[in-house]
Amino acid sequence: MPNTFELIASSTVGAGGAATISFTSIPSTYTDLQIVYSLRSDTGSAADNAEITFNGSTSTYSSRRLYGSGSAAASDSSATYTISSFIVGDGATSNTFGNGSLYMPNYAGSTNKSYSIDAVNETNATGAFSGLYALLWATTSAITSIQFKPNGGTIFKQYSTAYLYGVKNA
Amino acid sequence: MPAGSTYTPIATTTLGSAAADYTFTSIPSTYTDLRIIASPASSDNLYSMGMQFNSDTTSNYSMTELRGNGTSALSSRLSNQTVAWVSYNMSPGTTLGDNAITIDIFNYANTTTFKTAISRFNVMGGSYQGTGAIVSLWRKTPEAISSVKLTMTGANFKAGSTFTLYGIASA
Repeated sequence: MPNTFELIASSTVGAGGAATISFTSIPSTYTDLQIVYSLRSDTGSAADNAEITFNGSTSTYSSRRLYGSGSAAASDSSATYTISSFIVGDGATSNTFGNGSLYMPNYAGSTNKSYSIDAVNETNATGAFSGLYALLWATTSAITSIQFKPNGGTIFKQYSTAYLYGVKNA
Repeated sequence: MPAGSTYTPIATTTLGSAAADYTFTSIPSTYTDLRIIASPASSDNLYSMGMQFNSDTTSNYSMTELRGNGTSALSSRLSNQTVAWVSYNMSPGTTLGDNAITIDIFNYANTTTFKTAISRFNVMGGSYQGTGAIVSLWRKTPEAISSVKLTMTGANFKAGSTFTLYGIASA
């Protein structure tokens, strides 16, 4: 029986860090994509955001976010890709990483690309968040590459990881 | 011995024409949980999306939701509903690809418990956009779920909307 849920590629950041994590040459043979990631940037703050872009494009992104800080719940929106997901910064508790899961149906199709992200950066301290995101890349191109980049920091720290999976509907 | 598949596609469809609803039927009882991945658009700019199990149209459903519309965080609950809400007061809109919805239905095949579902919705089309999650309870005398009907209340799903049902095995 063919695998429904397959690992396409993985990335683990080594010593010295990495300015980006990229998945390229993504095959069009699956139905949906899922990325599971664990990220820490070198920003001095406790929290940071990951910028997630597709096919090298920096336009036609939008999102609506629902999040909690441990003391309040709030919702906001964005017209860019720059706050795609909560992650942890280097000012947070040692050895903690922001974790998230991105799911995109029909990534290789010819309609707009809507995707969900559930992300947390729990650190046993303040400055931690839990969030649900609705995101849209209003472009009808098939996804062939995905890039993660820190928004506040300059690199992802060692031991940051990201795993790209393909999901088949038949 | 190779392990059996844990995550198996059961059925999938891309609507060839507009439809008021779509139903997964004859769902086998051999899995533990079900997952539905939906990418819907609507013929109208309004209305919510719901689901019904085993053709039950009576007021056996209830829900608690948490959602954000980009301005405010909101929560509400409804009891004695005739549908399990998948997205509530958030309209998919008319553009294909603008919305992504995941529905998890837990322990769907037993005949001993009420059934719980979680809908994780992302609605970026239409007049009412946002994100969130809804937990629904189906309180009919316990029975295995053999069909799931997805509906747009008061509108049609647009041609090109996609729905896929997966079975998840626990062993």
